[in-house]
Amino acid sequence: MTQTTAIHGEKISLLRVLGPGHVWALGVGIVLVGEYMGWNFAVGKGGAIAALIACWVAGLLYTCVAMIDSEVTSTVAAAGGQYAQAKHIVGPLMAFNVGLFLVFAYTMLEAANAITLGYLVQTVGSMAGFPETHDKPFIVLTIMFLAWLNYRGVYATLTFNLVITAIAFVAIWVLFFAVQPWSSVYMKHGELLTGLPYGWLGVLAALHFGMWYYLGIEGTTQAAEEVRSPARALPLGTMTGIITLLIAATMTWYICAGIMPWEYLGQAVTPLFDAARLTDSNVLMVLLFIGTIFSTLASANGCINDASRAWFSMGRDRYLPQVFGAVHPKYRTPYRSIVFLVPVALVFAYFAPLDQVITFSILSGLLEYTYMAIGVMMFRQKWPLGTIKRGYVHPFHPLPAIVLLLLCSATYFAVFLGYGTQLIAMMVFYIVASLWFALHRYKFVRRGAQFTMPWPKPVGY
Amino acid sequence: MAKTPYKPPTQSAIGQTFDTFFLLALVLAALFVPLYLGLAGGGKTMLELKDTSWTGMGQNATMQAQWEKLGFTPGPKTEENATSAAELIAARFDYAFDPVELAVTALVVLGYFFIVFHWSRKEYRDVIDERFNGKK
Repeated sequence: MTQTTAIHGEKISLLRVLGPGHVWALGVGIVLVGEYMGWNFAVGKGGAIAALIACWVAGLLYTCVAMIDSEVTSTVAAAGGQYAQAKHIVGPLMAFNVGLFLVFAYTMLEAANAITLGYLVQTVGSMAGFPETHDKPFIVLTIMFLAWLNYRGVYATLTFNLVITAIAFVAIWVLFFAVQPWSSVYMKHGELLTGLPYGWLGVLAALHFGMWYYLGIEGTTQAAEEVRSPARALPLGTMTGIITLLIAATMTWYICAGIMPWEYLGQAVTPLFDAARLTDSNVLMVLLFIGTIFSTLASANGCINDASRAWFSMGRDRYLPQVFGAVHPKYRTPYRSIVFLVPVALVFAYFAPLDQVITFSILSGLLEYTYMAIGVMMFRQKWPLGTIKRGYVHPFHPLPAIVLLLLCSATYFAVFLGYGTQLIAMMVFYIVASLWFALHRYKFVRRGAQFTMPWPKPVGY
Repeated sequence: MAKTPYKPPTQSAIGQTFDTFFLLALVLAALFVPLYLGLAGGGKTMLELKDTSWTGMGQNATMQAQWEKLGFTPGPKTEENATSAAELIAARFDYAFDPVELAVTALVVLGYFFIVFHWSRKEYRDVIDERFNGKK
């Protein structure tokens, strides 16, 4: 299905040019930066061992997300991903909220990437004898350059992502083998691991940032209208993506926990780059500098792609002002949505601390996963197996949905521990936005046009 | 008889601009209100370190070597000793919480999902009625 938008009376659609490799690059490209920064705040919340447990528990959470997502996405293949799915399964207000979850999870992640890139350039500038190097110009340049790239076209953007993501992934492997994990030349886990400084409560608290290893993998669905074969490419790209990330996350933890004290690791901005510094190898330092820069660029690039598609889809459906539902007549990209989200990312990247920005992103992701667990149960109830054609059927239903719901509940508590105010602030934001939609915005929405799939009437209606 | 589809009003350019800025203001408020009120990151605390030598801060020889490689020094943080590791080592989360606060937060999250799913169900009925218009 290709949905279109009218520009000057002409119907223009997004281009179907992407393959499974691009889907993998979109998913992993957004998330791989989670190995380069942010995950280590889990060490700060519970210690290094707690962060490893959080890494695997969060991996289980995301395996449930990927299983559920693969079934629903391969059946509802439309731009906007989970937003389009919520429209068909739950209803307009939930869809509006899911659209906002996506936009803010990705825009905050983009801001976090720009902060990290700016910090790294400033650090390396100081190390290279330029102490006056300032991070802010690099933050602005990164966001503006990537927005321009996205404005110009999706194929070039995601091909660029494919290349730089692959380089960033290889850099982690090179560092892993360079620190000789089979010996104690660099790895000092025995001397550096200090048990659980906060006890088992710290393990639970660490789940908050444990999500950062994988947050955004579900973004593969945003390319649904631009993929040549959605039923094959989307599940394949998502599943290989989650496997890639599980491997990279475990290697990253092993390197960092074995080379630096947990008090430093728990507050570091660029832990993998710091690990390379501790090896005294200039080659590794340069490689991990490049890897960090590339991973932040790839992630920010994918985030702009995904956030703008979700914003565009909501504009096209009039959930937001319809001015955002336009496709560029020449580049065939959602250019107005891309441009609108630039100042939002800039303000967050320029003024907010990194852990706050990451927390906003994680909370939006968490709300989205909670919806997905309930949404897939409603999906199976409204269209039982055999009533519609599914590209992929996930096994053991409803077990993955129940596990996902339980893990989400635990993670809300983890965020509450230390970041309770942000949790409430975010909830107030979504409650006010929901009231605004239900009481004001919904009157501009065409009712029947919200359901575009060629399916029978849902059971119970 | 077939039900007449709902015809939404066309929103003016001014209305669209107002809606756009309203959403923008809402997003910025969600970030900056906790920051300006000093409530963000309120769950952090600092250990009182009486002895800020490496051993006094609980750092063994390996840890000490790595801190030094990273450019940090022992001792209290002062203008002359700006590279001190003391603040990083002393930083802790305070996980003591009020059960009432936890209950209120849980209620807000649950209430939010209940309202959104409940309201969506009513809107979804309109969508299905109009899309299928009495057909199966």
